[in-house]
Amino acid sequence: MIINHPLLGPRDASEFTYLGDASLIDRPDWQAENASEAFYEYGYLRDNPAGEHQELWYHEAGDRSWLVVTRNTLTHEISKVELARDVARARGRSK
Amino acid sequence: MRYSGFRVIKEALTGHKGWKPVWREPEPKPHYDIVVIGGGGHGLATAHYLSKVYGQRNVAVVEKGWIGGGNVGRNTTIVRSNYMLDGNEPFYEFSMKLWEGLEQDLNYNAMMSQRGIINLFHTDGQRDAYIRRGNAMILNGADAELLDADQVRNEHPYLNFDDARFPIKGGLVQRRAGTARHDAVAWGFARSADMYGVDIIQNCEVTGLRIESGKCLGVETTKGFIGANKVGCAVAGSSGRVMSMAGMRLPIESHVLQAFVSEGLKPVLPSVITYGAGHFYVSQSDKGGLVFGGDIDGYNTYAQRGNLPVVEDVCEGGMALMPMIGRARLLRMWGGVMDMSMDGSPIIDRTPVEGLYFNGGWCYGGFKATPASGHCFAHLLARDEPHPVATAYRLDRFRTGRTIDEKGVGNQPNLH
Repeated sequence: MIINHPLLGPRDASEFTYLGDASLIDRPDWQAENASEAFYEYGYLRDNPAGEHQELWYHEAGDRSWLVVTRNTLTHEISKVELARDVARARGRSK
Repeated sequence: MRYSGFRVIKEALTGHKGWKPVWREPEPKPHYDIVVIGGGGHGLATAHYLSKVYGQRNVAVVEKGWIGGGNVGRNTTIVRSNYMLDGNEPFYEFSMKLWEGLEQDLNYNAMMSQRGIINLFHTDGQRDAYIRRGNAMILNGADAELLDADQVRNEHPYLNFDDARFPIKGGLVQRRAGTARHDAVAWGFARSADMYGVDIIQNCEVTGLRIESGKCLGVETTKGFIGANKVGCAVAGSSGRVMSMAGMRLPIESHVLQAFVSEGLKPVLPSVITYGAGHFYVSQSDKGGLVFGGDIDGYNTYAQRGNLPVVEDVCEGGMALMPMIGRARLLRMWGGVMDMSMDGSPIIDRTPVEGLYFNGGWCYGGFKATPASGHCFAHLLARDEPHPVATAYRLDRFRTGRTIDEKGVGNQPNLH
């Protein structure tokens, strides 16, 4: 697979390590009433879709940026690559 | 029809005209006591034990394609019980014992071959870890034996003992482990279940689960609705897709594992061998091919094919372990989709939906578990309580903190 890095252009996927579903960006509030349940779901449950999947890749052998890659789990086709920083900020995170 | 030596001679003398198809091709009935989704090794084993051991005869197995066409038809056929943790080892040893009697139980040649497995170690720390694991195995009634480097050299002289970085210091051996003919296992379970009256319905895809007021009433399929008092899901690899029909999110990611077979060679490997300094395991099939594999690719996928970096990594492991493998040519390779669970251990449990039961999360170790998985799932389906050796495989163990993490890497499925 080739991941089209937003800053560096097309890079081989072997330069990256894979973390998982991009929902891991949305860490629950540890002070919330339902924090225990929210962290269980955050830590352990996954949508695991057959089809389009947003996921976190880390450019370990490159510029060490985190990317959100939108990839089809049935075909391995990558339709979108964004910096995870931009995705997190768009969701209202400060950093 | 029972198989026997006498039968073979009789058929040979009468032109082999008496052999019959080994299972029927029934149309689904409107209602069963128990419907098992998935005609793979685990689903068919469940049907066999449901009918033979637990006396359930009104049972159907529904399969999207043909039986045995999933991971039971595409694995590296290794059978072993060399686990360490309390939640796992009694279960896998139970499975090992079932394997040892499987061919008599099924009256079917599964080509079970107890040729042994050796897990090599390359450091003092690894030796300590294997001693601990071996002791855990012995405490649970399994067999384990520690070999030093000379003893390993005696049995496997072709290995790369004096590698500068990872010299072989010894190995942990389980003599009762081995390999079995994967397709024959599926066919044997199917034939036995069919003889006890189980309907095996092929080319029948489950398209939905009919759930009303929190109770599962049956399955919607491409051959119409099939009612059931209880529905058991044994579709590892596709668990996420099927259970999402019940609105459930699982502690599972789907990943692809690749495996490889070389051209046929004369006998060179007496047992299954695993490399301790990289992820590589190899055995030799009865046909002569070297059957080997390594890591999963490491990203979510439902595609039954992997990518080249893992091919390279596996072949590097093989070359580091036994340089002679470089002379063998690769005949074929393939990828299968695995349920990678959050702690590397499986799930056999009820679900929050009444009448719906789940069996999955086998990671890439489901083949060895086939008989025990079927036995324990049948026990759960028939009696509504977990089998004593499978009590730890609960769906809610992630919520309660009772994970069974053999490798100790936490909730990172691609590292298990």
